[in-house]
Amino acid sequence: MPTPPRDPSATGPEGQSSPERTDLARAVAESELLQPSNPIGRRVFLSLSALGILGIAVGKQVSDWLDPVVSKIAQADPTGLVGGFVPHGRWTIFTVTDGYPKRTEAEYTLRVHGLVDKPLELRYSDLVSRRATRIIKDFQCVTGWRVPKVPWTGVLLSDLLDEVGVQPSAKALHFTSFDGTYTESLTLEQARRPDVMVAYKLEDHPISTEHGGPVRLYAAPMYGYKSIKWLDTIEVVDRVRPGYWEDYGYDVDAWVGQSNGRGDDPTS
Amino acid sequence: MARFDRVERAVHWTNGLLFLVLLGTGFTLYGAPGTGWVGNRLSIKEIHTWVGYAMPIPILLGIATHAGKQLRSDLHRFSRWTADDRRWWRRSTKPQARIGKFNPGQKLNAAFIGACIIVMPVTGTFLRFPTVFALHWRSGADFTHRWFAFALLLVTFGHILIALSRPASLRGMVTGRVPRAWARHEHPRWYAEVTALETIDAADSGPTNETGSAWVEVSP
Repeated sequence: MPTPPRDPSATGPEGQSSPERTDLARAVAESELLQPSNPIGRRVFLSLSALGILGIAVGKQVSDWLDPVVSKIAQADPTGLVGGFVPHGRWTIFTVTDGYPKRTEAEYTLRVHGLVDKPLELRYSDLVSRRATRIIKDFQCVTGWRVPKVPWTGVLLSDLLDEVGVQPSAKALHFTSFDGTYTESLTLEQARRPDVMVAYKLEDHPISTEHGGPVRLYAAPMYGYKSIKWLDTIEVVDRVRPGYWEDYGYDVDAWVGQSNGRGDDPTS
Repeated sequence: MARFDRVERAVHWTNGLLFLVLLGTGFTLYGAPGTGWVGNRLSIKEIHTWVGYAMPIPILLGIATHAGKQLRSDLHRFSRWTADDRRWWRRSTKPQARIGKFNPGQKLNAAFIGACIIVMPVTGTFLRFPTVFALHWRSGADFTHRWFAFALLLVTFGHILIALSRPASLRGMVTGRVPRAWARHEHPRWYAEVTALETIDAADSGPTNETGSAWVEVSP
């Protein structure tokens, strides 16, 4: 026969209650589990869960209001801790290979070749000595973050194309990165825009390795992934060859606000 | 005396381990200082996604299995707040608070972590499968995911600091057992309950649960 469940307040095996057992039973009865109580813990749990789910619906509006506030605080914070840890609209560093590829300004060369009359090999100093252009635009990432009013300095891509002499059969540019993996593309028409450059300064400082330095592309009107980092070569080609991110389904013509299913404000 | 059984400790430390992976990979994905030391965003993203989806599994398994009896009972304790818990918040009434197995701080922590285990995978899904969801929702999910992550970082940091500063408490989660004097001082109502049950068990020499600890079962 199975033994019945033990009840601490029940009488002893012989059916008599002893004083000690009564004391013990009282101690058990005073257990928090038998005290009058409210399900506050459960309410906190459910409320926080509901808040998180609600955030999916209204988070965009809250974010539009809150991010500039946090950005302002982060800029005033000398330790950089706020900027590094509190969520707000700032740079998110992407790299598609292990770590960062490192190349110093002294080691750096940019090769422009393909369907051109005079292929070029430019050192960093060659690049800096050419006509410089400074552009201030918002930088918009396809994942959602946006950095307002970023100054970029560099050589317009159209200047370089004029210098090498593009052949009539050319239609597009193919960019490679010295990380060995990242590639990008632009049509010639896109590349000749006055807001597309080979950049060597970001926020008026030499571009750091993590931001794609010493030299990267900057295509102002397009999502960030078009602005290839660690620029190595520019090849003039006869058709668009989709780049690294485009192989993962991102749009080749990556106009901000008109591609990738996004409705961001245009950056340029 | 016994405080946390094997199931509870297994759930706690598996959660902790998974959370460490999520924290590390999440940091590199969200570009806080240190991003890029690891690189390779795409594989980091896969790890983060699937470890994230694994996060609710330990606790659900613990609740579902027969051996999770004490875990279920402790979750019930987290959920209920007594008059002692209300007394605990005020400096003037705190000395009269006879705290049970968990103090209100621990209960809040549990409620928050529980909510995170739901909110993070849900919002994360919007970020992981961007083509499925409208931009507005993705932006909202991104915002929520970031702020919950930020709060989690602070709460977990506090959780670890408090644990390290209270060795007896930490021992409870490492070995499963705590010193009696500590229990009597920090969790008097729970101490009384457990010692009473132990005495009754000894008198009955009846069955105890596997770990030899006593628990009270409560029907939901």
